[in-house]
Amino acid sequence: MAAPLSVEVEFGGGAELLFDGVKKHQVTLPGQEEPWDIRSLLVWIKKNLLKERPELFIQGDSVRPGILVLINDADWELLGELDYQLQDQDSVLFISTLHGG
Amino acid sequence: MCQVGEDYGAPAPEMPPPPRAGRELKCVKCKEDLPVVVIRAGDAFCRDCFKAFYVHKFRAVLGKNRLIFPGEKVLLAWSGGPSSSSMIWQVLEGLSRDSAKRLRFVPGIVYVDEGAACGQSPGDRARTLAEMKLILQTVGFPWHIVALEEVFSLPPSVLRYLAQEPSGTKGAYKAAVDSFLQQQHAPAEGEEQLSQPGSQDPQSPAGPPTAAQTEAQPPTAAQTEAQPPTAAQTETQPPTAAQTEAQPPTAAQTEAQPPTAAQTEALSRLFDSVKTLTAKEELLQTLRTHLILHVARTHGYSKVMTGDSCTRLAIKLMTSLALGRGAFLAWDTGFSDERHGDVVVVRPMREHTLKEVAFYNRLFAVPSVFTPAIDTKAPEKSSIHRLMEAFMLRLQAQFPSTVSTVYRTSEKLVKAPRHGSAGGPPGPRCLLCMCALDIDTADSATAFGAQTSHLSHMQPPTPPAEAPTTPCCSAGVGRAQGCCQGAEPCRREDPRAHVIEQLCYGCRVNMKDLPSLDPLPPYILTEAQFRSQRASVLQEMQEYLIDSDDEAQTGES
Repeated sequence: MAAPLSVEVEFGGGAELLFDGVKKHQVTLPGQEEPWDIRSLLVWIKKNLLKERPELFIQGDSVRPGILVLINDADWELLGELDYQLQDQDSVLFISTLHGG
Repeated sequence: MCQVGEDYGAPAPEMPPPPRAGRELKCVKCKEDLPVVVIRAGDAFCRDCFKAFYVHKFRAVLGKNRLIFPGEKVLLAWSGGPSSSSMIWQVLEGLSRDSAKRLRFVPGIVYVDEGAACGQSPGDRARTLAEMKLILQTVGFPWHIVALEEVFSLPPSVLRYLAQEPSGTKGAYKAAVDSFLQQQHAPAEGEEQLSQPGSQDPQSPAGPPTAAQTEAQPPTAAQTEAQPPTAAQTETQPPTAAQTEAQPPTAAQTEAQPPTAAQTEALSRLFDSVKTLTAKEELLQTLRTHLILHVARTHGYSKVMTGDSCTRLAIKLMTSLALGRGAFLAWDTGFSDERHGDVVVVRPMREHTLKEVAFYNRLFAVPSVFTPAIDTKAPEKSSIHRLMEAFMLRLQAQFPSTVSTVYRTSEKLVKAPRHGSAGGPPGPRCLLCMCALDIDTADSATAFGAQTSHLSHMQPPTPPAEAPTTPCCSAGVGRAQGCCQGAEPCRREDPRAHVIEQLCYGCRVNMKDLPSLDPLPPYILTEAQFRSQRASVLQEMQEYLIDSDDEAQTGES
């Protein structure tokens, strides 16, 4: 039984447009049996935070190509991508690179 | 790969999946620190090595191409987005180093406010502008803010190719650098002291900005302390001496008056009249290019740097192919683009992927401003650009070498002159994109296609009596047949045909989505008319010219 987690979710590079323009969200993930990982975090975000156009953020069970994910300022590819298990006080940042210039 | 006798039945020898770069691994370069970012397929870099790698790539691209001479004025095109902001930051840091390794040109920044084309409200635009100005003041280079509405007051000369004497061989570059360094050591003492406060620890990006911030009050002609000190030296002379131009570069924090409501209205009307998002994006790019070119020419900049990243250029290459601009890929995606003649567009960020740019900006706090663009939140199939972007990025997710492969292809493209005649007179250029025209006036398939599609768009009111003559005029076929002596029928359905026949194939395809050419800014229509009049006058004179030209040519060849 995983305890509730307090996690900071941040959006940048234009992704915040899908979340009412709010960049930083301090969220508390409820306790549940399986430990929280990025996969389940994405499901949670889609259900609770995403305000519009889910297809611009999520594709399948991962993020849309072109959106970078940083966990505690490190590339999520180093940490297992979707399988990384969240710890308390982690910071997850989603940067959309599609608004280049 | 496909060898005779290869047995497809047997499974390939089982290769273990490439080891996932995990946190336990060390940085592949220094092998000491923990890695923070994965570049390409599986190279994990730590923070410091990543920064060194990133900065090195930027300097190497500039150094390898040797196009930017010391002391040259370079205009940095800034959109507020991450790539161009990163480029500006690199320039800022590169200029602030002491030692012979620092960058040596004189930068300025231009920002084009495109809010009207994107449908932003005046309040949003003002807010965005305020954010932009904050960053511009932090950076400290002379800046120019122009609104896209100013295309309505551009002169037709912006569409002309202004030839420039060739910049010389490699020897010329080295000689220029050497003489520049000698000049630097001559007024030595004053400069050395100035360069001391300017030189910061290159590792701390917070250094240069704060130094520039203290001098951020509008730099006057006595800009002796801002970076680079040498640029200040060279800049203080021209303003006092040659005040003939608009504004002297140092004092030119130029921001024209906010556009009038009428201009904004005209711009909105123009973009609303375009039927497809693809054509809108192309039109926006064209107008933006013209505007930046005009700013560069007015203020004496000989180079323009844009922040196109590797990913963007790969997408652009594929999109250009789909849009019919395959003939101009080398100019659209290469490092340097000399289609305008006197102002050369340079792309120093072309080896940095969007991922690297985003990471760098995040890790080293590079400020950038997000502004919604014309295709923000557009669905995936709404334009060719979006479609290609989605295609490339999805493919990249599965095959991480996609973008770099496409990019490497673009590096191999060679700019061949059209008829192989390097010494001959330059051929006609497209009115809008200024590339050498790739359409034959006579019987080519594209001309025929353009002609028939134009016929199908003919308005019903045109009396049928004119039908026989109009096909001659519309596609530009057979101007020589003298049908234009019957001036009336030509002129009647005219201005559109005159513009269309001066465009390259890609631009013609775009213009199909613009039902009426009236909302276009006047400089385009004026220049089109000028060129067609010139062509028809030349045509008439051709018959009277003595044939010595032909004889001379045949004699030479």
